[in-house]
Amino acid sequence: MKKEILVVDNVSMQFNLSKEKVDHLKEYFIKLIRRELRKDSFWALQNVSFSVSKGDRIGILGLNGAGKSTLLKIIAGVFKPTEGTVKVKGKIVPLLELGAGFEPQYTGRENIYLYGAVLGYSKKFIDQKYEEIVEFSGLQKFIDVPLKNYSSGMKSKLGFSIATIMDPEILILDEVLSVGDAKFRKKSEGKIMSMMDGETAVLFVSHSLDQVKRICNKAMILEQGHLVAMGDIEEIAQQYQDMIDK
Amino acid sequence: MKKYLRTFWNRRFLLSELVKKGVKLKYRRSYLGVCWSLLEPLLTTCVLTIVFGTLFGNKSRDFPMYILCGRLLYTFFSQATKTAARSIRANSKMICKVYVPKYLYPLSCILFNYIIFLISLLVLGVLGIYCGVKPTWHVVQIIFPLILLPILTYGVGMILATITVFFRDMEYLWEVILMLIMYTCAIFYYPEKIMNSGFSWILKLNPLYCIIQNFRDAILGQQMNIHLLVYAAIVSVIALVIGNIAFYKKQDQFILHV
Repeated sequence: MKKEILVVDNVSMQFNLSKEKVDHLKEYFIKLIRRELRKDSFWALQNVSFSVSKGDRIGILGLNGAGKSTLLKIIAGVFKPTEGTVKVKGKIVPLLELGAGFEPQYTGRENIYLYGAVLGYSKKFIDQKYEEIVEFSGLQKFIDVPLKNYSSGMKSKLGFSIATIMDPEILILDEVLSVGDAKFRKKSEGKIMSMMDGETAVLFVSHSLDQVKRICNKAMILEQGHLVAMGDIEEIAQQYQDMIDK
Repeated sequence: MKKYLRTFWNRRFLLSELVKKGVKLKYRRSYLGVCWSLLEPLLTTCVLTIVFGTLFGNKSRDFPMYILCGRLLYTFFSQATKTAARSIRANSKMICKVYVPKYLYPLSCILFNYIIFLISLLVLGVLGIYCGVKPTWHVVQIIFPLILLPILTYGVGMILATITVFFRDMEYLWEVILMLIMYTCAIFYYPEKIMNSGFSWILKLNPLYCIIQNFRDAILGQQMNIHLLVYAAIVSVIALVIGNIAFYKKQDQFILHV
């Protein structure tokens, strides 16, 4: 029996879509008086339940706006779901749009520590792994250059190297394997593969069905916030293909 | 509560990194670097002394010292509350991607400004020698304003951070309020004249004035004013409680607004 390390139970997420965003006091009061503070609500996710066990590599398929990123953000703890609960056992490392936590005025070296701290690493851990991070990113020459002078590819390389240095229980990948040049892409895919051998569970979002087939052993389809299907990769990929072709 | 303390302990490295970042970035790429936190108050004190001392005729020998005390504390308060107000928005990218206890952002703003403030206190020694102000045993009292000040600032900073997420106007409104606070702090004039008029309550209502007054008393060797101190302590604790409650009630919605 495999151990469940992530249980998503009946999760729903509601967003308020106000026609215009009200973030000025004046507007707020005018609208309050005119009773124009309408709130159109919109369910990005509805009653989604599933569980993930050790070693599962789940591809999340769906068209734009199906709720894939919302789901990942809820699992990562960034969003709090309107209803339902998410239970996580172990450490999650999210790789959502790499390098978002970087400080452009900091050098690469300083950013390794800052970003590591954001991801919840300890100082000792980063000290130990520092060389490894730099080596994997291949940025030895530029490590003392302020980050604002980095190219976007270099930033993603650094972000990827920091985020994947530890073996988390759950790894969340949101279209990040398309970063860097072809050489780094191959290297990073290899790194992900090696992490997955070590019992890490993976949640993977990509629009490339080939990539999902290559990496994942299970998949789910989201459609307008509903979990439509979940199962073995081959079956689901076929179903998704049919859905697109329709 | 125990859980809360444990997550705080686990995140202490992030807090120290954020504080370090604030201090480092403040003076990065300036030639004099951290010396500016000493030079800046000295230079503004010169200007204020010329204007309010020489031109308005406050000839007292320790007048520059009097100004400097007020300025240092006020500058910390205004800088720290302003950066704290912006902190959630400024870190919105991080907040949208990774889960981090959000109060760490305003807290780190208060702390890094406090460190810069403590460094800038060195100027007091320099100017004290120049003005011939000798420290008396009253200097020990300095500990009370130095404890109350960050508590008050953190409380106000949390309130502002919460409001600013929903209404950006607060940043600009706060600038105006800060000006009012500055003028009712008696930084560059002696409060006696106002104290003897019917408007003394305006100063006494301002908790920052109460803290500054006690700080100055300690430096200039006078008895501390218990009434003002107790009032400032009460306001600080109230601000701290309100700030934290407001922040915790609203923090799950931050992400939808940043």
